[in-house]
Amino acid sequence: MAARLPRPPALATLQGDAATRPGQNTWGAAIVRGLFITVSLTFLAALLIAPLATVFATALSHGLEAYLVSFADPDTRSAIRLTLITAAVVVPINTVFGLAAAWAIAKFEFNGKSVLITLIDLPLAISPVISGMVFVLLFGLHGWFGVWLQRHDISVVFALPGILLATMFVTFPYVARELIPLMQQLGNDEEEAAITLGAGGWITFFKVTLPKIRWGLLYGVILCNARAMGEFGAVSVVSGHIRGLTNTMPLHIEILYNEYNFVGAFAVASLLTMLAGLTLVVKTLVERARAAHGA
Amino acid sequence: MSFRKPSVLPGFGLTFGFTTFFLSAIVLLPLAALVLAAASMPWSELIAVVTSPRALASYRLSFGASALAATINLVFGFIIAWTLVRYEFPGRKLIDALIDMPFALPTAVSGIALTTVFARHGWIGRYLEPLGIHVAYTTLGITLALTLISMPFAVRSMQPALLEVQRDLEDAAETLGAGRFYAFRRIILPTVLPALLTGFTLSFARAVGEYGSVIFIAGNLPMKTEITPLLIVIHLEQFDYRGAAALGVVMLLMSFVVLFTINLLQAWNRQRHVRAAH
Repeated sequence: MAARLPRPPALATLQGDAATRPGQNTWGAAIVRGLFITVSLTFLAALLIAPLATVFATALSHGLEAYLVSFADPDTRSAIRLTLITAAVVVPINTVFGLAAAWAIAKFEFNGKSVLITLIDLPLAISPVISGMVFVLLFGLHGWFGVWLQRHDISVVFALPGILLATMFVTFPYVARELIPLMQQLGNDEEEAAITLGAGGWITFFKVTLPKIRWGLLYGVILCNARAMGEFGAVSVVSGHIRGLTNTMPLHIEILYNEYNFVGAFAVASLLTMLAGLTLVVKTLVERARAAHGA
Repeated sequence: MSFRKPSVLPGFGLTFGFTTFFLSAIVLLPLAALVLAAASMPWSELIAVVTSPRALASYRLSFGASALAATINLVFGFIIAWTLVRYEFPGRKLIDALIDMPFALPTAVSGIALTTVFARHGWIGRYLEPLGIHVAYTTLGITLALTLISMPFAVRSMQPALLEVQRDLEDAAETLGAGRFYAFRRIILPTVLPALLTGFTLSFARAVGEYGSVIFIAGNLPMKTEITPLLIVIHLEQFDYRGAAALGVVMLLMSFVVLFTINLLQAWNRQRHVRAAH
């Protein structure tokens, strides 16, 4: 559907025949093979591995102590705190939404289902800047509800609620998109059996459905979390960049970087890089568990 | 109730109601506000904003650099996908897992890291600068950033298609005297063509709205290295909400066109698979 990352295939399954195939041991094949591997690795080394290594090299360029000291900065601490709060609020809400949407879409047949799926995907196809801007248009000082909010002394834009809304918007589809195809594939037989045998809806969900989808759910949640903690564009538009107050970690990285505090900027960046690495590790484990259990 | 088929399972009202309510509140109403804000402008003003020379220059850059990045990913994404699918080499699984890194990595981190590597004294920039190749703060840098962040979309679209290429057909072609390149052109390329196009379009879709990684490596000079999302932010910072909304609608329409294209491509892909199965 939308700009969603297609799932990688299980690579391990197809290998093994390469050595025994005819025509694989010729000079031409060897040269092509070497060329392809070299080009791939060079491309990835320059564009991906060098930047990743730079994050840690720059963060540690003045030694481990300078790296650790940069986390003592109160503004950095408050940025980390704000990011954790944002994820702690947004991820559970979008998880509940994802479960509800997947139940409605995968368990029932109704008109307009494909439209609903497309609409859920919509935030993935929209520029992050637009995702933030819509909330400025609604709640900003010159926005639709701006005057009313000001009269009641409520701040949404340039404050925590705006950051939460923008993050919720951009991470909206992640859990749902992971669960919908999974639950469609698993079918309804076991749930129907449970209900027919007298189990209630909630019991059926917790005892029958949830155990089956737990790996997919975990994957959706960590992707949602990674995006929630790392979102830059949308949050940048609504946050107002008030130091120590409305700066999340990615926004704080920008400020430190623009102040030429490279150790500080890359120290915060190193935390987010480790989070991304952790996300990929969990993803790999989930895929392995899925391949082993068949779901 | 012709709206939905009857089912013994409970919870449709609750989950469907919550889903549509939440979707409307968080996504649809805010987007409607954007369209309304642009629609409330007089037509002449709207046209003037979206066709101003600065806006046109930003579209050219955003769409041009994204198309270029998607093309680079078409070529290198294919090479990487091919390497991962066909060849066994040390570290293959690690490389395969790393492909998703630009997707998981926050864009601000990609932005500052890429800028540092390609800046004048950076690890790679220091070798390029003497050759007269300036990456940081140029269109080339923007293209590289867009290439990096959209790369996983290209590789991941192409991998499954390459897995499906029937190698016995390839072998048969070679046994019958077809050259390696001829077999590639007549057997492999037709099979993976829809996946290549999907990879290109997904890369383009991801790149065209990108903001975080680009603003660090772009010089952000009006008319030269200013992407459309940045121009929107500048309008917002000047409290020109209507101007920002007008540009936002242009980008939104572009997203819909791309989405539509992706759906068409995927339908085409499915159709071919159905035909192949018969």
